[in-house]
Amino acid sequence: MSIAQESARRDEPYRIGLGGWGSSGFPRAEHAERSFASKRVITAFGFWIFLLSDIVMFSALFAAYAVLSGETDGGPSGTDLFRLESVALETACLLLSSFSCGVATIGARVRNNFVHYGGMGATALLGLAFLLLELRDFTDMIALGAGPARSAFLSAFFALVGCHGLHVTLGILWLLTMMAQVFTKGYRPDIMRRILCFALFWHTLDIIWVGIFTVVYLMGLAL
Amino acid sequence: MSDTEIGLHLHDNDIAPGDERGDGREIAEGILGYLVGLGLATLITVVAFFVSGTSLVWQPSIPIALMVLAIAQMGVHLVFFLHVTTGPESYNNVLALAFGVLIVFLLIVGSLWIMTHLNHNMMPMERIMRMQD
Repeated sequence: MSIAQESARRDEPYRIGLGGWGSSGFPRAEHAERSFASKRVITAFGFWIFLLSDIVMFSALFAAYAVLSGETDGGPSGTDLFRLESVALETACLLLSSFSCGVATIGARVRNNFVHYGGMGATALLGLAFLLLELRDFTDMIALGAGPARSAFLSAFFALVGCHGLHVTLGILWLLTMMAQVFTKGYRPDIMRRILCFALFWHTLDIIWVGIFTVVYLMGLAL
Repeated sequence: MSDTEIGLHLHDNDIAPGDERGDGREIAEGILGYLVGLGLATLITVVAFFVSGTSLVWQPSIPIALMVLAIAQMGVHLVFFLHVTTGPESYNNVLALAFGVLIVFLLIVGSLWIMTHLNHNMMPMERIMRMQD
């Protein structure tokens, strides 16, 4: 490859792959077409950046909760309100749904309808169970007079946990859309990219839930 | 273009976050990876729930233990579910993740740090009340 070609390739704006800028230790691709990242890699990387920005948004809510968790204004605190059994059930639902989501992506990869639809269906049901449990917690709290307007602690609590619940709701809608798209269009490359993005989204929600059950519930009950 | 073709092109190149090296293997092998992740995550979760309610350990150590367990579980999720590994093929993904973690760290630790100092420096409530009289 000539130097001119080389520099032209470096300035290629679509390149996000490796093999450039003297990254030592990484084998440089031999063929020009190989050093372009595939559309699947580019799409997933872009979605990964979005997910990281979503995590940054959640970290702001976490920071607000951590600062305000003691400001109960004479009202109920976490120890009075949180039920460990309910949190454990919600955690189990989300963890298992993360697993079934992984199984569904494998099913799509090997073009096995039974595994794919089974995995997606299980993910949807477990996500729905999580949402119903969380909704029950919320309505019980509001019935006790511990709504988001009661204290700064509860405002921060509902903002953080509610935002995660909203993400799960949107995730379930996206999941059902993906099932319909696979049903009508089959495992086309563009559909496969969407399934990959959805799986990333769902697994990320589980990671955020790990932060929530640790910081909000377990620490709230332990302290 | 089939998906396996894309997979072949990737071998000398990048890997998408969420994808695994050697896609198109046997179904059981892929599920086994997720099962290992599920087992580890369940184990860490059970330990975290146990530690939060136990009186067996020194009480002030519990929040730190919970934080360590949460970070460990996030690591398990990243490796086994999102397949973000340290291999050269996911260099970009890890770099983006590292930047995200930096921002998250600055936001949370910075907020807590500043707000505890503000609380510490604030005039006690009764003196503010007295000044308003």
